[in-house]
Amino acid sequence: MSIHNHPKKAKEFVSNDERMHWHDKALWFVREKRDKASKSIPEWEKLREYAQQIKTHTMANLDKYLLEFEENATKRGIKVHFAKDAKEHNEIVYNILKEHQVKKVVKSKSMLTEECHLNPFLEKKGIEVVDTDLGERIVQFRKEPPSHIVLPAIHLKKEDVAKTFHKELGTDENNSDPTYLTRAAREHLRGKFLEADAGITGVNFAIANTGGVVVCTNEGNADMGSSLPKLHIACMGIEKIIPRLQDLSIFTRLLARSATGQPITTYTSHYHGAIENGEMHIVIVDNNRANFLSSNKYKKALNCIRCGACMNTCPVYRRSGGHSYDYVIPGPIGSSLATFRDPKLHKTLSFACSLCGSCSNVCPVKIDLDSQLYNHRQDLYEKNIISTKKRVVMKLSVWVLNSPILFSILGKITRKIVPLIPKKIIYNRFNIWGKQRDIPNMPTKSFKELYKEGSIDVK
Amino acid sequence: MSSKEKILKEIRKNNLAKDMGLPAYINFGIKFENPYKTFCEMIQSVGGDAICIKEESLYDTIKKLYPNENNIASNLEELKEKFLDTNLENDPHNLNTVDLAIVKGEFAVAENGAVWVSNKSNRHRALYFIAQNIILVVKKEDIVNNMHEAYEKIDFDDLTYGVFVSGPSKTADIEQSLVIGAHGPKSGYVIFLE
Ligand code: SF4
Repeated sequence: MSIHNHPKKAKEFVSNDERMHWHDKALWFVREKRDKASKSIPEWEKLREYAQQIKTHTMANLDKYLLEFEENATKRGIKVHFAKDAKEHNEIVYNILKEHQVKKVVKSKSMLTEECHLNPFLEKKGIEVVDTDLGERIVQFRKEPPSHIVLPAIHLKKEDVAKTFHKELGTDENNSDPTYLTRAAREHLRGKFLEADAGITGVNFAIANTGGVVVCTNEGNADMGSSLPKLHIACMGIEKIIPRLQDLSIFTRLLARSATGQPITTYTSHYHGAIENGEMHIVIVDNNRANFLSSNKYKKALNCIRCGACMNTCPVYRRSGGHSYDYVIPGPIGSSLATFRDPKLHKTLSFACSLCGSCSNVCPVKIDLDSQLYNHRQDLYEKNIISTKKRVVMKLSVWVLNSPILFSILGKITRKIVPLIPKKIIYNRFNIWGKQRDIPNMPTKSFKELYKEGSIDVK
Repeated sequence: MSSKEKILKEIRKNNLAKDMGLPAYINFGIKFENPYKTFCEMIQSVGGDAICIKEESLYDTIKKLYPNENNIASNLEELKEKFLDTNLENDPHNLNTVDLAIVKGEFAVAENGAVWVSNKSNRHRALYFIAQNIILVVKKEDIVNNMHEAYEKIDFDDLTYGVFVSGPSKTADIEQSLVIGAHGPKSGYVIFLE
């Protein structure tokens, strides 16, 4: 596999200036809704603390809780399977489907099945798989991966959707009214729900002491897909476990508020068994997750509840688009997960970060995202994985930043010289940073100089 | 070694996560002076609506709210005679033609406008989603403040399914424009009985 390259992919996205600003604004709007929702709860910070506490406790006892969950789910007649990796996950799902002679599957949002590439696997075996979340259906039609974990089609304009639906569903090419398009998708997907032989869903939370799973959606697609066909398969990573039913109160209060600013998702469904005369299966997948627990620096990444808040707030994500990350989970959390899993392949991702720390501030389970990305850079440096150019720059910066005298001399020179250099020379082909941006005007004096003069008002 | 054993071994091998106790939520969480009022505000903010009526006028209220719906189904004891009893239906696929479902809500949550429904009195969970419109009927005294109080009321000993429903189904997947009525109901009312 060729090495993924975030700057290169981001460049493609940024080259459409208008769309980049539009994307940036759309996500900032969601971030603002999140702020409003979180501020309406006086105990918000306490909730985050509790969430972190529950997750940490669960991870410390993950083996016990997985066993407890399996035992309780089995008592309810749910069939529980364990899969070491993506391949085994796909095979287990396929075997269940084969046993029931399933030809048509409706699927609801599941980043795990995306991670495992379940769709192409099943399609190759002759099974039709329809993603039923509207955003996911749109990107499925377009043969693209989702670009956001909560808003899979956030990178598309309604005109793009109109074009896609015209081609796939025969709607009016010139009508891009969201209600019109949503109604068309509703009719189309209703047909799919009614004729499906099985429903596959993801899992938001799995409760150890009851043996059931919880799925949160706004559209109701997970429920349509699992309450009509006789067969329901729920797929989850090992980290989705929480100890007790009552702990859900914390997470259901945090999840939707952090994700979209809603007080709760429209549907918070608790599955504790199959429908009448039906069958329910749960596939629990590791696929390199347990490994995180052995790293002090990165273990907290497993606590993620996939709300997407870190993406919505990230200045880099907002301006480079989800596809530039080339990983199933984009944004700050995706960068950390991907780099830990395969540092060589994803070596550019931890640099797609301004270290502003906004992600860690909004994260409802208090994951130290910015520190993780900072640590990754150093690990990559130590493992000698990053490019020579970056290495040289890093070395030089260490040298300069370690010497206050050198730093201030270089600052003085830069402030004097840069305004005199012709633009052509500044924006040479080695200055990647300057490709889509202008260098700011140089101030005449540094902060330090102003401070010493007393020109800065310190209150 | 089975995959299950492999995974457990991998977890135990080097687990650096430090244990810390679980929180207790005694008397925790936001409370409201008038939970009914807060509930109404919350559900309106998510595209639904709530009203409070006397129990005797339930039938008339439904007819007034939805004068043109013909195929009305309900699992409410008190409406059994008047509407289609979906618990008599064997195949949930046949509920596809239901215009309006009137279902029993066990309690409501003020902080987020959600109503808890379960399969205690409802045979087909599909009913909540497949109907074109939905009315959830809850007793007015059954409103809790927040989700902590809510989960204290729930247990799954005899249940296979339960769902918090907050307003009609919706999506904002096309350019963040909110569209009410994705796959599930296109409108939703909560009727509180005094
Ligand atoms: S890392 Fe935190 S903010 Fe980002 S998706 Fe996960 S839970 Fe949400």
